[in-house]
Amino acid sequence: MIYAQSPLAIGLFIAFVSFVLGLSFYLGRKKSTAASYYAAGGNVHWFTNGIAFAGDYLSAASFLGICGMIATAGYDGWMYSIGYLAGWVVALFLVAEPMKRLGKYTFTDALDSKFNSKPIQLTAAVSTLLVSVFYLIPQMVGAGVLVQPLLGLPHWVGVVIVGVVVTIIVATAGMASTTYVQFFKGALLLIMSTVVVVMVLFRGLSTTPVNNGVAYHDFKPLTATADLVISDPGYSVVAGLDSAFGKAGFVKLAKDNKETIWKFEKTDAGYNLEQTLYVTTKEDGTKLYNGAAKEAGEFFPVGHIKELRMNGKDVLTTGAVGPLAYLSAIKDSTIVLWGKKYVVNGHEKTEVFYQKPTPGTRVLRPGLKFKVDNATPLETFNFVSLMLALFCGTAALPHILIRYYTVPSQAAARKSTIVAIAAIGFFYVLTLFLGVGAMTTGVINLTDNNMSAPLLALSFGVVLFAVISSLAFATVLGTVSGLIVAASGAVAHDLMDNFLDIKMTEDGKVRAGKISAVVVGCIAIFLGIKFEGMNVSFLVGWAFAVAASANLPAILMLLFWSKTTAKGIAASITVGIVSSLGLILISPDMWAVYGLIPKDAPIHFNSPALISIPLSILTLVIVSLMTQNDINRGHAVEAA
Amino acid sequence: MGHGPAVKLGRDDAAAFKTKLGVKMFVVYTIVYFTFVIINATNPKAMETVVLGQTAAVIWGFGLIGLALVQAVIYNHFCTKAESEMNKGA
Repeated sequence: MIYAQSPLAIGLFIAFVSFVLGLSFYLGRKKSTAASYYAAGGNVHWFTNGIAFAGDYLSAASFLGICGMIATAGYDGWMYSIGYLAGWVVALFLVAEPMKRLGKYTFTDALDSKFNSKPIQLTAAVSTLLVSVFYLIPQMVGAGVLVQPLLGLPHWVGVVIVGVVVTIIVATAGMASTTYVQFFKGALLLIMSTVVVVMVLFRGLSTTPVNNGVAYHDFKPLTATADLVISDPGYSVVAGLDSAFGKAGFVKLAKDNKETIWKFEKTDAGYNLEQTLYVTTKEDGTKLYNGAAKEAGEFFPVGHIKELRMNGKDVLTTGAVGPLAYLSAIKDSTIVLWGKKYVVNGHEKTEVFYQKPTPGTRVLRPGLKFKVDNATPLETFNFVSLMLALFCGTAALPHILIRYYTVPSQAAARKSTIVAIAAIGFFYVLTLFLGVGAMTTGVINLTDNNMSAPLLALSFGVVLFAVISSLAFATVLGTVSGLIVAASGAVAHDLMDNFLDIKMTEDGKVRAGKISAVVVGCIAIFLGIKFEGMNVSFLVGWAFAVAASANLPAILMLLFWSKTTAKGIAASITVGIVSSLGLILISPDMWAVYGLIPKDAPIHFNSPALISIPLSILTLVIVSLMTQNDINRGHAVEAA
Repeated sequence: MGHGPAVKLGRDDAAAFKTKLGVKMFVVYTIVYFTFVIINATNPKAMETVVLGQTAAVIWGFGLIGLALVQAVIYNHFCTKAESEMNKGA
C-alpha cells in the first residue's frame, strides 16, 4: 500500500462535507424563486464571484490531473495550465460583458436573446447538457480516486458520495449554495496549495528524498555476464533473454523467494541491470503488485533525481531554495522519469514500469507526452488542435457562463473575470511546483498519477495530507455542483420552460430544476464508475473540445457578425456537437476505452478541435447567408 | 419567454468602446499564444534554450500567465474610465 487511512483524514473529510451540507441547508431555508435558484438572485459581489469562478474552474482536472501529468511527463502537463488560463482571456475580452447583457439564467438565453427561436433553444440546451456531462465524468473519476486513500473505500463509493452530496447541495438552494461552496473551496485551495509549495521550496531538492519519515527505495543496479550470471549470487534467473520478458528488454530474477523484473542494457562486459516495478494481471483478473497483493506494500512510490546540480556543482541536496533557483536546479539535473511496457506471457499480462533518466532541460520543455519532436504532420495537428480546444473551450463552458448571471452588472461581470484570472493564474503557477515536487520526492503512484499532489502533501505528514485530500474532494464537490446547476437549467429552463412552453408556476420551475438536478446527478454517478482509471485532465480536454466546437462559434458570431441568423446558430451548434463528438468516439484513445487496439482506430488523432471548430464556423456562415430573408422579415415585423 | 437579464441593467454608452478595446486586447494575446504553440509544434528543441537561468519554455509559460493578468488590469482600467466618462448621463 502506498498510503493508509488516518482517523484525522476521515474526521476532516466528514467535517468538511458536514459544513457544506449545513451551509446549503442554511441558504436553502428561504423560499426559492427561479432567479435565486438559477442565478443566486443576481446580486453576488464581484470579488466573491471571481473566487467562486476559480472554485468552479479549478476542478479535479487542474488539481489532480495537471499535477499528476507534470509529475510523470514534466512540462507537457503544464501546457494544460497555460492553455486553460489562456481561455480566460477569450472569456474576459470577448464574452463576459455581452453574456451578462444578453442572458438571464442560462447560456441558451443569451444565444436566443435576439431570435426567440425553437431550434436555438433545443440545440443550445442539448449542447449544454452534453458538455456538462462530459465535464462531469472526470470530476466523478477524481472523486473515486480520492476516497481510496482517504477513506479506504472503493472507487465507486467515492463517486456515489460525491453524487449524493452534490445533488443535495444543488437541490436545496441551487446557485446560491453552489456559489458559496465554490467561494470557500476556491479560497482554501489557493491558500493550501501555496502552503504546500512553500514547504516544497523550504525542503529543497535531494537525491535521497524522504517521504513522511520513510527513506526512498534503494535502486541498487546489478551487472551480469554475457551468459546472464548475476553479480549478486543471491539472485537466480526466472525468465531470461529468450523469454517474453527478454524479448521486451527485461529479465525476471528471484531472491529470497521474491521475484523482481530488471531492465537490461548491453555493455562490452555483459549487461547492466536496473530494477523496475511491475503489475501482473493473472488469467482470472487478479492483480499482483511487484509480485504480491496490493496490501503487502511491495509496490512502492517513486520519483527521484539521479544527478543533482546546483550552480554548476554536483550536490546531494540543495537545502531551502527560492522558486526560480528550484526550477533552475531541476533544469541542470538529471531526473528519473518512468516508461511503461506491456509483456504478454501466455494468459498473463505484465505492465512493467522502467527507469528513464531524463535531462532537466528536457523535462522543462514540451515533448515527453505530446509527440512534437520529429513529429509527423498528423502529430503536429493533434498537438495544435488540443491547444486550440483549451484556448477556445473555457469561454464556452456552460457552468462558467452561468456565473455571469449571478452578479448585478456588466462591470461586475468583467471585474469578477479579472479576479478569476488572477486567482487561477496564480494557482497554475503553483501546479508547476506541485508537479515537479511530486516528480522528485518519491511520492508517485505509477498505477495512478492523479494522486500525485495529495501524496506530495503526505510526504510532509498525515495532517497536510488529510487537509489537501479533503480539499481535493471539496474541489470535486464545487465543480460538480456548478455543472449540475448548468445541466438542470438546460433541462428545466431551456427545454421545459422555453422550448416546450410548459406552463409552470415559480414553484414549479424551481421544482423542475431540482428534479433535473437529481436525474443528472444519477447519470454522473453511472459515468464516473464506468470511466475509472483515466487521467482526469485528459478527459477534460474532450469536454473543452466539444464546448469549443459547439458553443463558441455561435457565441462569437452572434456578437460580432450582424448577418448571423437563428438557423445559422442552430446549424452551427449541431455540426459542432456531431463533428467533435463523432471524431472523439472514433479516436485512438476511445478505441483503448473500448478495449480495442488504438492504432486500429479509423482516425489517428485524439483532439478534434482543429477540424470541428472551423467546420462549425463555416456552417454558421453558409446557413446564415442562405437564410438572410429571416433577418429581413424580422426587421419588417419590428418596423410594423 | 424567459429572456433578458436576471437583474435590471442600466444603459451602457461605453459598450461599443469596450467591445473594440476587448477585440484589440484579444488579438494581441492570441498572436502571442499561438506563436508559443507553433514554436512548440515546429521547433520544440528551441524551448530548451536557457534564458535568464530558465528554459525558454518556462519563461514563455510564466510570460503568458503574466501577460493575461497585465492585459486584464489594463483592460479594466480603460473600461472603468470609459464607463465613468460616457455613462454620466445614463
